[in-house]
Amino acid sequence: MAQITRRDFVKAGAMGLVVAGVPMIFKGNPLAAFAAPPLASGNLEEYLKHFAVSEVEIRDVMSAALAHGGDYCDLFFQHAISNTVALEDHLVNRAYTNVDLGVGIRVIDGDRVGYSFTEELTPKAMKLAARTAANIAGRGQAAPPQKLVTSNVPNYYPINISWEEVGIDRKIPHLQTLNEKVFATDKRIVKSQVYFTDSTSYMIVASSDGRIACDYQPMTRVFVSCTAEQNGRREENGYNLGGRHGMDYFSPEKIDLLASTAVRRTVELFEAVKPEGGEMEVVLAPAQSGILLHEAIGHGMEADFNRKETSIFSDKIGRPVAESFVSIVDDGTNPNMRGSINIDDEGNQSEKTYLVRNGILESYLHDHISAKHYGVNPTGNGRRQSFRHQPMPRMRNTYMLPGPHKHDEIIQSVKKGIYAESFTNGEVHIGAGDFTFYLKSGYLIENGRKTRPIKDVNIIGNGPDVLTKVVMVADNLELMEGGGTCGKNGQWVPVSFGLPTIKVSSITVGGVSS
Amino acid sequence: MNKSESYELAGWVVARARKAGADDVAVNIARSRNIEIGCRERQVETLKESTQNSLSLSLYVGNRYSGHSTNDIRREGLESFVTEAVAMTKYLNEDPYRTLPDPKYYAGRESLDLHMFDPAYDSLTSDERVAIARRIEDAALAESERIISCTSSFSDSFFETVKVHSNGFEGDRMGTSFSIGAEATVRDDSGSRPEDWDWRTVRFRKNLPAAKVVGKLAVQRALRKLGQTKLESGRYDMLIENRAGSRLLRALIGPMSGRSLQQKSSFLDDKLGQRIGSDKLTIIDDPFIDFGLGSKLFDGEGMSTKRRVMVDKGVLKSFYIDTYYGKKLGMEPTTGSTTNLVLDKGDKSLDEMIEGMQRGILVTTFIGGNSNSTTGDFSYGIMGVLIENGRAVKPVNEMNISGNLSELWNQLVMVGNDEYMYSAWRRPSMYFKDVHFSGV
Repeated sequence: MAQITRRDFVKAGAMGLVVAGVPMIFKGNPLAAFAAPPLASGNLEEYLKHFAVSEVEIRDVMSAALAHGGDYCDLFFQHAISNTVALEDHLVNRAYTNVDLGVGIRVIDGDRVGYSFTEELTPKAMKLAARTAANIAGRGQAAPPQKLVTSNVPNYYPINISWEEVGIDRKIPHLQTLNEKVFATDKRIVKSQVYFTDSTSYMIVASSDGRIACDYQPMTRVFVSCTAEQNGRREENGYNLGGRHGMDYFSPEKIDLLASTAVRRTVELFEAVKPEGGEMEVVLAPAQSGILLHEAIGHGMEADFNRKETSIFSDKIGRPVAESFVSIVDDGTNPNMRGSINIDDEGNQSEKTYLVRNGILESYLHDHISAKHYGVNPTGNGRRQSFRHQPMPRMRNTYMLPGPHKHDEIIQSVKKGIYAESFTNGEVHIGAGDFTFYLKSGYLIENGRKTRPIKDVNIIGNGPDVLTKVVMVADNLELMEGGGTCGKNGQWVPVSFGLPTIKVSSITVGGVSS
Repeated sequence: MNKSESYELAGWVVARARKAGADDVAVNIARSRNIEIGCRERQVETLKESTQNSLSLSLYVGNRYSGHSTNDIRREGLESFVTEAVAMTKYLNEDPYRTLPDPKYYAGRESLDLHMFDPAYDSLTSDERVAIARRIEDAALAESERIISCTSSFSDSFFETVKVHSNGFEGDRMGTSFSIGAEATVRDDSGSRPEDWDWRTVRFRKNLPAAKVVGKLAVQRALRKLGQTKLESGRYDMLIENRAGSRLLRALIGPMSGRSLQQKSSFLDDKLGQRIGSDKLTIIDDPFIDFGLGSKLFDGEGMSTKRRVMVDKGVLKSFYIDTYYGKKLGMEPTTGSTTNLVLDKGDKSLDEMIEGMQRGILVTTFIGGNSNSTTGDFSYGIMGVLIENGRAVKPVNEMNISGNLSELWNQLVMVGNDEYMYSAWRRPSMYFKDVHFSGV
């Protein structure tokens, strides 16, 4: 089948590309409000029909939201369906689904926010929520827009078949194959678990400045973990792949890659040592090591922190922060990446935003409030976990652009240090700039060569300090398939990372003391 | 929807699921209301208020299992939701270990009033909420000229859940919680902007500390971080402040789960009855604490809760075994999750323990890091204070601690008398000997 766009896809959905005989759980959706198959053609009209609301009703709700004044209000409609199928002990023996529907209503007065949501999309319930959010403002009354206008947006995640049309019977064989491959790869494997998740989110954002936008956001991920035993010792590790893809993403090659990587990363840990702790040279492997950028600079560049002057990067715009060969972007437009978005959750178009260009700090990541505060255009970073949450500046896919060095040259330049390859988690305190990321596996580098594997050490540094210590950047940028989930103020959003091989001249690595 | 309507709906869902072909079904219906007010720059900066519903069901269909949830609880939609969920379950592999709990574990539910619901909740007004948040901010702002930004907040929530199982379980609970907090960022002369917070959650409003205490403490904690530096790598004694202790405890509790044991990813496997820590480590799981944030009469599976000794003077006494992994392991189920955890206390205050410290680091904040549940290896980032001869010398940051949990818990030489009350995990400050710190 030819690849079709988001708009076409919805058309295909209504034509009924259904695998016969298999119940499509929540296909179309089980919600009585949408008795007819939704999204006949995929334009705004179809999204409005999907949520059983009209433009007139939306403007009525806006009137209620602006009844006490305020500068701005917006409505965020969301219908999200997620599925998980899991394998444990060689059996595909559990499945989970979740359906979530609601509208969040926000009123902004200056930089003050009133927020409420309702799970019931009747005019009465929506107006009640709007009146609650309206309590933030307290002077006069503002007028709702006369008309809502939509604009065309590019589609960065076209997929062939929607997840709502993929029955569980088509997912089960992938889990079984992956499990078999894991056990066939190494006889030391004693346990394996596989999780296959997919989700679909329909959204409409309407704002009182007269804009209305809609999007369809697919997501999937396969995660495999395994435990191996050798001479009475056990080690566990895992690997995942995914993004805003459809079912055809999981080709036999991808399943092979999942199995071989998960097993290799697990059994290598038997040989792994904990390095001696302290400051040392650290080479970061391509792709997932971009977690360094996420923690060291990304969060600190989210404009809400800077507006409140609580970030260590506040008042550093326009200043040199790194070597001239260092450029760092936050990009929502990478095809099918986990952190890509066609529009943000405030209806603004996504883009590629330069945090650092040729060593100079260039732009913060903005949402509506901060863009207005700074008098700049929004950067498409206003994101939220769901209709229950107000948007904030959040990252998308954060990565460093290729530099002038070569991968081998970088490793050869290190006398004693580590090569960091896979990570589990990170954290940052944006005011002090302290950040960490946890190294699950990597290698020692001794006299220019990778030697023994290492495992389970935390790496800690200071954001601005580490940026100045990025002394080499290779030409081999890789983006991470799979990505991660970023938490901020209790809200979780999907993101991804990327990095070419780079060298940090000094950073503190956890480990044992001599 | 009130409680009796929830019971009626739950019963209706059970009947629908059975009609669609399920052998057994568990239904949980939850309703909650949340209000949150935040103040900054002497204005109300955020005001959030909403009510939500959710319905979840677990299906057991011919030895097959699945779980589903939705927030649209209108019956017309639920009918097909349940029918499709049952039909989908039939595609899964059979797993004979998947069943509802044996009803004998539902029996013996205590009839105690755990004081989960504050009758004063309904009379709290918006103006009172705002006034408290403002008082917190006023106290914080009065504390220092170095404040760059300070946010204070008041939030409260109400929840009610109803649970019905097709093999005879019915139960409901209702509760409230109130939280106040502040976070402050201060200006360091070096250009750094250290931040800290204070945040307290309680079941009854009357148990909240005074607003000004929280505001002042958040700022004082941030000020204590002025001039942070990293120290030389080496072995130091480590004193973990009570509120920071949950990250290390979690690394110990997680591997006690039936899932970790059965999946061979627990370093505590085969350790039942053996020493896993020093004699200063005693952990009780107590579901019956008055006003407790983790108190409950039945667990997530409907099994009646019991007070259990998890670790007794360093010896591992029990695991967290739910019905499914209990069957897989051939072990009696206990409960799959923690209620309130209470660690044994010592007799010294934090200050007294600091006074007795020759040279070491008081850890006030963990930042990042992780632990390997299979091997017990851990590595965490920290911030804190260098202590020499019983006195605070200078603030410390950008350091890691590393080691293995089996060794670390045996290095616990003292616990404080300062149980942290604002969490379901009530832990005192903990003093460990000779921990690996890496820094310069």
